[in-house]
Amino acid sequence: MAEPQDLPNTGPDAAAAQARQFISFRVGDDEFAIDIMAVREIKGWTETTVLPNQQDYMLGVLNLRGTIVPIFDLRCRFGLGLTTATRSHVVIIVAIGGRLLGLLVDAVSDILTVNAADIRPVPDVDQPIDNAFLAGIIPVGDSMVVLLSLENLFANHGPANAAIAA
Amino acid sequence: MSTPSFGSDELAQFRRTFFEECTELLADLEERLGALAAYSSDVEGLNAIFRAVHSVKAGAGAFGYTVLVGFAHRFEALLDRLRDGKAELDERTLAALVAAADVFSALVDLARQGETPADDFGADVAEELSALLKGETQTTAPIRPTASAPEAPPVDRSYRIVFRPNAELFRHANEPLYLIRELKALGTLTIDCDLARLPAFEAFNVDDAYLGWTMTLRADCSPAAIAEVFEFVDDECELIIEEIADAQAEPEVVAPPPAAEAEATNSPSESKSSETKPADAKTAGKTGSISSIRVDLYRVDRLVNMVGELVIAQAMLAQQFIETRKQDDPGALQGFEHLAGLTRELQECVMAIRMQPVKSVFSRMPRLVRDVGHKTGKDVRLEMSGEQTEVDKTVIEELADPLTHMIRNAVDHGIEDADTRLAAGKPAGGVIRLSAQHAGSNILIHVEDDGAGLDRDRLLAKAIDKGIVPASAKLSAEEIDELIFSPGFSTAAAVTDVSGRGVGMDVVRRNVQALGGRVQVVSTPGKGTRFTLVIPLTLAVLDGMVVAVGWEKYILPLTSIVESFRPGRGQIRVVPGGGEVVSIRGEFVRLIHLARVFGVSEAVSDPCQGLVVLIELANGSKLGVVVDELIGQQQVVIKSLQDNYDPVPGISGATILGNGRVALIVDIEELTRLHDRSARAVDTTRLPIAANA
Repeated sequence: MAEPQDLPNTGPDAAAAQARQFISFRVGDDEFAIDIMAVREIKGWTETTVLPNQQDYMLGVLNLRGTIVPIFDLRCRFGLGLTTATRSHVVIIVAIGGRLLGLLVDAVSDILTVNAADIRPVPDVDQPIDNAFLAGIIPVGDSMVVLLSLENLFANHGPANAAIAA
Repeated sequence: MSTPSFGSDELAQFRRTFFEECTELLADLEERLGALAAYSSDVEGLNAIFRAVHSVKAGAGAFGYTVLVGFAHRFEALLDRLRDGKAELDERTLAALVAAADVFSALVDLARQGETPADDFGADVAEELSALLKGETQTTAPIRPTASAPEAPPVDRSYRIVFRPNAELFRHANEPLYLIRELKALGTLTIDCDLARLPAFEAFNVDDAYLGWTMTLRADCSPAAIAEVFEFVDDECELIIEEIADAQAEPEVVAPPPAAEAEATNSPSESKSSETKPADAKTAGKTGSISSIRVDLYRVDRLVNMVGELVIAQAMLAQQFIETRKQDDPGALQGFEHLAGLTRELQECVMAIRMQPVKSVFSRMPRLVRDVGHKTGKDVRLEMSGEQTEVDKTVIEELADPLTHMIRNAVDHGIEDADTRLAAGKPAGGVIRLSAQHAGSNILIHVEDDGAGLDRDRLLAKAIDKGIVPASAKLSAEEIDELIFSPGFSTAAAVTDVSGRGVGMDVVRRNVQALGGRVQVVSTPGKGTRFTLVIPLTLAVLDGMVVAVGWEKYILPLTSIVESFRPGRGQIRVVPGGGEVVSIRGEFVRLIHLARVFGVSEAVSDPCQGLVVLIELANGSKLGVVVDELIGQQQVVIKSLQDNYDPVPGISGATILGNGRVALIVDIEELTRLHDRSARAVDTTRLPIAANA
């Protein structure tokens, strides 16, 4: 279930030398990361227009320079309750399978450059966040950053076979 | 052949279009020739070149560019032989093709500028084409000198040539003028035109060739060389070539333009048309060459989007300025007003780029009426008006199907057969009127027939039979008429192969709804049926009413709004089952609370505190939408939600308001279904209510 399908560490050595960059961000006390290639822009939180009769983690839509972009509350998507968004909250606009969407997070932390070989699979442990959302673990110093699988997070809202590995 | 019924404006328009197409075709031809030179013996390439030449020829024929037609004919003939493998594509042929393409495009240019090419223009290339056509194995010198110069050759011989084309000459794209010019190139030619076969005006058929010519040629050539000129027409004419002893030909005679025969309908003296034609062509040439360009629709769409953004940005800026500066700077305020005016104008200009006359769709209909009329054995005339009414290109494309269905239905089902009509005291021939006009930001299209009208008894019986309405239902005449939009209906007593099995009208309604429009039917028994399509001019902008519900703002399409009012306590009734209705002028209208359907909190829940917006649905029934208040009417740029998200029930799209926020556009038709789901109501709710009323 938590098998990191797209990750190079399942492949041969050739991929091991490949360095990849990730953007890490904070939701609550946890650090998460997504592939920097999927990120289109990062902006402060602004009020959204609520769409009727949607899942509670679907916060509505934003006007991103004329494009209507749906915004999702990551905390809520993890089942950890709704974020009370303020101006200091951040929306990360990502592209998944040709669609743009925004992720509401608490703060953006860093850009990580990681050798693909250093990404560890997620151990199958009991945890509040659904393992399907997690693609791997990146050790950073003493702590760790959880790599997210964007296409699994929003499988209902994008093409099933999104090409972007998170 | 030019048709007298076209005005000179239209003719000039057609001519412009023709030259635009020529430019494209020639570019294509050039490209294909290049490819041909590189890869050789590419049959597809030859086909494409042939088509290009043929298309230009067909158009040129219609506008009477005879030299062009003549040349094209030769060009085409050689290409045809190459295609069929009867001639070989060698260096010489290729060179000739390239040279021919040059002459061809030069001829098009001359025609565009309204100039008549010199008689021997491109004669050398034409000669070479003929040589290749005959399979002459002439080595080297791909360009043969024309029957060498007018310097009188030492031994001139005189020939009498009688040339009487058969009537169908023109139908095979032959042109006598070219042949005569060719003869003239051989030497000195005297021509007598024979009008004897010209029929009375009533019997004149513009497609037929009536003229004949008796010519005297003084030239240094063999009879075979003369026969060669007529090579392409010798089985389509009566041709006599004989040598005459006494040589006393006039030095120069102007050949009457035989192409003018078509116009000779009006007066047998051909001079008139030859005067007017170059003048027309000249005006077309002046504007025609640069008057229009073809642009990828994607680019136009981007432009439309960007201008939409500009309008929003401008509105935001102005709003912020007014809020912060408290209007203490009249100069800047004026500047903002000017900017607002300019952006509005810019938006209109950009929208106009996408606008096209509905003519392109309408023009397919006469033929449809003829065909269906013929098939059903009915005499039906189509009258059209408002073909020049402009509407967004994307809308036009979507109009073709619904119109085709409706017109076909009108001929097949609407118009009665001649006997029935006569018995009803009507003329035997039926009339269908198709018209278009603008109405605000909509286009109205009427399809009207003078047939029997809808047979309500049979409609109702069938609807009950099919279980579309309960047997006990009491429907008004209008509601019965509406039934033809139900899926799976056939109104003709016998199912014909023309209108099929009545899958038409529900498809029409669906198509029209997909365009954000409505279709209505009005039928008068014995007098006829009229369908009205109301369709927004463009799919890019919408006239909307901004309404507030709680903290949210929604856009209702203005076209479906009838009125809005604050109901009194007594007007609201609760029907068994929990549904609310409002009574207005004796009619009970179902109420839908936008806040409840969309789950908006902090909204007005009592209709008597808020407002009821009365909306007419596509099927003609009404609906009351409860909102907090009306904010105002606004033209909005429609944005798709589905570019980045899934369809949202009840929402047809989104737009961006002046404050930069997104507002959702309500899908009225879907709203009823949403509500139905939550209130456990059935689709026929309105029927019992209407029956009670």
